[in-house]
Amino acid sequence: MPFVAATRSLGRAGLFSLSVLRASKPSADFFAELVREIYKIGARSLPIIAVGGAFVGLSVTLLGYRALETYGAANQISALVGLGLYRELAPVLTALLFIGRAGSSIAAELGLMRATDQITALGLMAIDPVAKVVAPRFWAAVICVPLLTGFFCSLGISASYFEAVHVIGIDAGTFWQVLRDAVDYRHDFLVAFEKSAVFGGTAALVASYVGYHAEPTIEGTSVATTRAVVNASLLVLMFNFVLSALLFR
Amino acid sequence: MPVATPTQDIAVRLTDVRLDRGTRAVLSGIDLAVPRGSITAVLGPSGSGKSTLLAALTGELVPAAGTVEVFGQSVPRRQRALLELRKGIGVLLQGNGLLTDLTVAENVALPLRTHTRLPRPVIDRLVAMKLHAVGLRTAGDLYPRELSGGMARRVALARALALDPPLMIYDEPLTGLDPIASGVIMSLIARLNASLGLTSIIVTHHVHETLPVADRAIVIANGHIVFSGTPSELEATADPLVLQFLRGEPDGPIAFDTAERSREAA
Repeated sequence: MPFVAATRSLGRAGLFSLSVLRASKPSADFFAELVREIYKIGARSLPIIAVGGAFVGLSVTLLGYRALETYGAANQISALVGLGLYRELAPVLTALLFIGRAGSSIAAELGLMRATDQITALGLMAIDPVAKVVAPRFWAAVICVPLLTGFFCSLGISASYFEAVHVIGIDAGTFWQVLRDAVDYRHDFLVAFEKSAVFGGTAALVASYVGYHAEPTIEGTSVATTRAVVNASLLVLMFNFVLSALLFR
Repeated sequence: MPVATPTQDIAVRLTDVRLDRGTRAVLSGIDLAVPRGSITAVLGPSGSGKSTLLAALTGELVPAAGTVEVFGQSVPRRQRALLELRKGIGVLLQGNGLLTDLTVAENVALPLRTHTRLPRPVIDRLVAMKLHAVGLRTAGDLYPRELSGGMARRVALARALALDPPLMIYDEPLTGLDPIASGVIMSLIARLNASLGLTSIIVTHHVHETLPVADRAIVIANGHIVFSGTPSELEATADPLVLQFLRGEPDGPIAFDTAERSREAA
């Protein structure tokens, strides 16, 4: 029976995802909601992405320097940091930070909207609740997470530059040249953005689905928030492996 | 009595309707005809299935048997047709359902912005008129969290009236309101029904506040309609089941078993 329940749940989530895509019709109202959501879940996530990116850049630089120095290849540190960030760390960690910051808030908001009859009221006013409250959040996440990933990389590489050049003493010209030679625009840089768009969409869909279908109680909202973070994080980690295997040479 | 009313004068008709929640029948054998222009009070104890009946009228719940017609049209099951039907039905929910991230004026404007192509100044004017009708013309810039319970209910009423629906459904409009706010809401319902030529269905357990404005009353208990008639007929009834409900007596044909009744969708 758990298999049947899981299959049914998966089917419902798939139909919900289709309904989000079907409800995504461009209109003045849709774009107004989209801009508001981009500000709420994107712009307001910038501080944690900045801090996260900087510290990941610092940590990878320190770890990489200690390993590369053993082989006399310390000046290759920017290649390690660049490839590590673009290929894996930035898309995944940005998505995980986004899920913790914005995914949980999407699930909580929709859960509370359900508990306070706001979603029911929209339906009774002949307004499709999915079009009104879910679609703008989904597209905002698809747009924001790649941009946040770029921001994460910028802060990570800037922090790495500071540590490698000003603390460790690697030549600044070498740092940038090695980075440029190692990171390919199409296969590393753009793929990071593609992965991020998938992660953003996944995070928003999972958070919206559990929030939208939450039990209309305080406990239901709490459960939905937890489920959003756990399920979306695990899905992002799984999708990351699949996408890395498919997209990177 | 409803059978004698000509079809075109009927706003809502339920014929031998059975409504289930899960596998359990909450209401069965429901026959009801609501005349156009009337105020009908649907009364009954908590958990008797009043809100389930309301869900059938708005198409949220598909009847397990029988037919539900609104203005001569069967309540459709297809989502698009259902949304179209709902444009002609205003619903005041027990929890108001005001969008908390919108101001009062934006809440009232929402159905107008979504379903009409009216220019912004016209919508602003209509919103002001709707808020004026419920006595809240100066509250447009407030957010729902800044309103009292009675004010929020009136804003929700203004929003439900935004598209001038011919049918208004009120789900427990007096719950959580003090006697003065209750009096204001009931007089508003009566005044709007008369002045706008609406048909109103009030789902409530507040008997004494509702009967003075109602043209007809039905009482639901134990899964059936146990009374249908005018308010004066209701007050004169000798049915022990109805009398227990009207007098608020704990002992009688209606079991005071909250666990049992709460399982029936309220």
